[in-house]
Amino acid sequence: MEYAIILLPLIGSIFGYLFKSFYKFFSEIFTSLLVIISAILSLVVFWNGIEKNIYGNYKIIEWISSGNFVANWSINIDPLSSVMLVVVTFVSALVHVYSIGYMSHDPHKPRFMSYLSLFTFSMLVLVVSDNFLQLFFGWEGVGLCSYLLIGFWYKKETANNAAIKAFIVNRIGDFGLAIGIFLIFFFFGTINFQEVFQAVPQFYEEKLLFFGFEANLITLICLFLFIGAMGKSAQFLLHTWLPDAMEGPTPVSALIHAATMVTAGVFLVVRCSPLFEYSQVALNLVSIVGMITAIFAASVALVQNDIKKIIAYSTCSQLGYMFFAAGIGAYHVAVFHLFTHAFFKALLFLGSGSVIHAFKDEQDIRNMGGVRKKLPFTYFLMLIGTLALTGFPFLSGFYSKDAIIEFAYLSNSLLGNCAVIIGIFTAFLTSIYSWRLFFKTFHGSYNNTKIDISETHESPLVMLIPLFFLAVGSIFAGFLFKEVFIGHHSNDFWRTSIFFINEIKHDYVPLWLLLITPVVVVISIPLSFYYYISNTKFIDNLKNKSLPLYKFLLNKWYIDELYDFLFVNSAKKIGSFFWKRGDVGTIDRFGPDGISKLIKIISNKAGRLQTGFIYDYAFVMLIGLSILLTYLILN
Amino acid sequence: MNFPILSTLIFLPLLSSFFIFLSKDKKNNFGPIYISLFSSIATFLLSLFLWYSLDINTADFQFVEEKSWINDFIKFKLGVDGISILFIVLTTFITPICIISCINSVKNRVKEFLIAILILETFMIGVFCSLDLIIFYLFFEAGLIPMFLIIGVWGGSRRVYSAFKFFLFTLLGSVLMLVAIIAIYWITGTTDVTEIYNIKIPQEYQNLLWLAFLSSFAVKMPMWPVHTWLPDAHVEAPTAGSVILAAILLKMAGYGFLRFSIPMFPFASEFFTPLIYSLSIIAIIYTSLVALMQDDMKKLIAYSSVAHMGYVTLGIFTFTKQGIEGSIFQMISHGLISAALFLCVGVVYDRLHSRLISTYGGLVNYLPKYSFLFLVFALAALGLPGTTGFLGEFLVLTGTFQKSYLAALLGTFGVVLGAAYMLWLSKRVIFGVTTNPEIKTLSDVNKSEIIMLVSLAFLIIFFGFYPVPLMETFGVSVNSLIDNYQLALNSR
Repeated sequence: MEYAIILLPLIGSIFGYLFKSFYKFFSEIFTSLLVIISAILSLVVFWNGIEKNIYGNYKIIEWISSGNFVANWSINIDPLSSVMLVVVTFVSALVHVYSIGYMSHDPHKPRFMSYLSLFTFSMLVLVVSDNFLQLFFGWEGVGLCSYLLIGFWYKKETANNAAIKAFIVNRIGDFGLAIGIFLIFFFFGTINFQEVFQAVPQFYEEKLLFFGFEANLITLICLFLFIGAMGKSAQFLLHTWLPDAMEGPTPVSALIHAATMVTAGVFLVVRCSPLFEYSQVALNLVSIVGMITAIFAASVALVQNDIKKIIAYSTCSQLGYMFFAAGIGAYHVAVFHLFTHAFFKALLFLGSGSVIHAFKDEQDIRNMGGVRKKLPFTYFLMLIGTLALTGFPFLSGFYSKDAIIEFAYLSNSLLGNCAVIIGIFTAFLTSIYSWRLFFKTFHGSYNNTKIDISETHESPLVMLIPLFFLAVGSIFAGFLFKEVFIGHHSNDFWRTSIFFINEIKHDYVPLWLLLITPVVVVISIPLSFYYYISNTKFIDNLKNKSLPLYKFLLNKWYIDELYDFLFVNSAKKIGSFFWKRGDVGTIDRFGPDGISKLIKIISNKAGRLQTGFIYDYAFVMLIGLSILLTYLILN
Repeated sequence: MNFPILSTLIFLPLLSSFFIFLSKDKKNNFGPIYISLFSSIATFLLSLFLWYSLDINTADFQFVEEKSWINDFIKFKLGVDGISILFIVLTTFITPICIISCINSVKNRVKEFLIAILILETFMIGVFCSLDLIIFYLFFEAGLIPMFLIIGVWGGSRRVYSAFKFFLFTLLGSVLMLVAIIAIYWITGTTDVTEIYNIKIPQEYQNLLWLAFLSSFAVKMPMWPVHTWLPDAHVEAPTAGSVILAAILLKMAGYGFLRFSIPMFPFASEFFTPLIYSLSIIAIIYTSLVALMQDDMKKLIAYSSVAHMGYVTLGIFTFTKQGIEGSIFQMISHGLISAALFLCVGVVYDRLHSRLISTYGGLVNYLPKYSFLFLVFALAALGLPGTTGFLGEFLVLTGTFQKSYLAALLGTFGVVLGAAYMLWLSKRVIFGVTTNPEIKTLSDVNKSEIIMLVSLAFLIIFFGFYPVPLMETFGVSVNSLIDNYQLALNSR
């Protein structure tokens, strides 16, 4: 069964594409069916885990063995991976079904479905790995699929550039991950999770000299692993690829850039909790980066106009939440937020896809509005998604987000208190930008000049059914799984997957803290309705008054421009310099070309000596004779 | 076993080239092509048999043949171990592929071209089998001649310049090696490699001898800064020439380090390690940046080859299990990947007669199969896990990390650059909108091209997922290489 979960998507990917001409709808039905089976099996595995404690490690075949450097292809089912299995296969199955409708007019649909399945396979390989190398395989494999899917519409220049950007920024993250793995192998002599984690306490005090700095080994490992996590999870400084990645088709954004791949970084930190727990420095860094990302991305999301980019920044910000939860030691809460976030963010993305579909590929929210009656189902489903994202009481986001803030409070440290403040403030911003998006899309007046309102239409059933499932998840996932994931007995569930040195106590928090977030969230709904729909003058005034700030946010803090200037252009310049000045101008000029030129010159000169006149030769002989005589006489 | 299997392997291509010489040159040249294809496949099968019957649990040389050639001086001595067998199989595998590629790309003097390729194969197999320095030197240098002719006769517009540059560079280096070989004979009284292993050359001679060998290997590798012949040679060489050059000739130097430099001069190898690290790292970063800016596809791939060979030298001189195994793996992997990439360039060059990246763009609209294969090879070249390219680089860097943090860090950074130039190349060649109207008239890959490219793609992916057959083959030999090296150092 475990084998089937992993391999079915791969089979779907390969054969769905190979036999695409077999029957018109073959590839989409085939791939979707296999992923649905895989999802059902994952639910069984998850259930077996909760109820019967059935976990295990299944070795498929040896991958590589070079001295101690041994890695197997294996399937490791433990509580953490079983949760991830459910998230990945469930969202993937729904996205597959949704894509049947969304991509119905695209001639390259078989290729698209095949990529989606391939992505699912890579992601599953990543989460069930029992060693760092297989993790790395999945890690880059999802990066590849992300690259392929972002650049799916390969005729678009922007899509191609976004795809390359995503891959290369991720590669920078992978650079960190690879160094982390090298460090682990060098000191621990193994790359198997189990063996590494067991050996961690022995290396607790280990120091090493790293480029002149004396560093703690565990801290160093964690920092490098975290660079990898930052790249994949689009954390501040390595986040630039995620908004651009929205060039890909919307189902891709829902699956890869919201629910699954971008959470791989969080997964990595949680998976390596036995390492991170031994390094307070690394944990602090994780939470600081998480906080910065949360607030940075939320601030940028406030002013963006592209519906998908707003949601992308929102994803970025929510990932920040997960990281600072992990950073304060509440790994299980991070996973819980990952779990609920997958539902409502996928719902929002697919819902926005439905809106984009209705507007015939319009993505600017300034050109939307007033279509709530035309798209009743989409409207309703997006409403649920927005409520869940903002953390409206008793929807799934409420449970996980509040838990993060509570645990931050309970961790009882300076950083924890910062996290509380930033968490609440970001929740407020989240609420504002989410409702801005929602109201501007569905309420107010109809603002699109290109197509008439009567041409907008509700999406077909095949797209709405997956949305419905996700909406159910967005409503109930928090409430249902709260006890299992973060309740008082959650340790019974997580057991080996998550490791704590000092467990955060499940104390009771003051009532004001429990109330403050929901209150902020609820108040912001009428507030944003008023300012964005009823009385837009205030916002326009604000925009004009603080134009520099607005521009700063609109241009995403100018980070892209900075990177272009610093890295992209300078790499090209250096490359040109090495080529023209280095290879051609120096090595060749003084090397082969120089030598051959020199030989030519010398032989020319030598040739000129042979004049053919007797008196020339006689003169030379005379001089030679006189020199010889002088020499002999002097001696 | 008395049957001289290695000699048969070496001289089979030479023999069949004689038959090609005799064959009639008809219009379509099918006669010579069939003969050469048949013989090269036979050679390949024979080498597979050799691999199959090789005992991988011992590091000793096997199938040893020894004949006196010049009394008491040069012995014609051959033998293989777990390391060399893979290079032999690589050679015999790449050769038939080159011959198939000739069907589409070589239009004049096909017969002579095939003869040159087969003679080259003889020399290349000879290099990987020789256990005598003089014999090695002869095969090593003789390979220059057919390659020189392949570039000089069948090459592009600047072929004469490139051929001479190629010859000048490689010959200058190897003259020093010849001097060193004579010196070794003078010191030890033998040129038999296995005997020299046991004699132990005095420490004071090692450095100079090592440098003399380096001067030859560095050019062939090629290492920075003597790499500039490679881009020119590749650009002008016909497809099959580029394939052999990248896939096999570049591997002879790496093999030479493993077979000669390290076991014969362990002290010098240790002494010069920092030099090798610096040159390798410069090669990786420098040529990756240069590759980024190329506008000629073949030049770009040639520069990327230099960067990939940088990992090989880096790995060999870590003297760690992972480093050396990674290097060998990287060489095999690069042999497959670079061959495939040059074939890919050849496919479109045959159709449009341009190597410039700007000529292409949007190929995927009209050549979907080709574009798919191209992308697979580009991804393998940038070291995507699941392809052989990843395992080689990753093992090398794992090994390097144990010796030098800085080298490993910079080397790993080179992987980022690798992704940049390879993806940018793919974007400009196969994706985007088709701007050149000629592309619309192109036909997708034909049957013979599919056979070549798919078989390479299959091996690249298969060994990427399951490299065990390769790793097992050279595992014991590498162990003994490292053990002997350590033993020699400890005896100081």
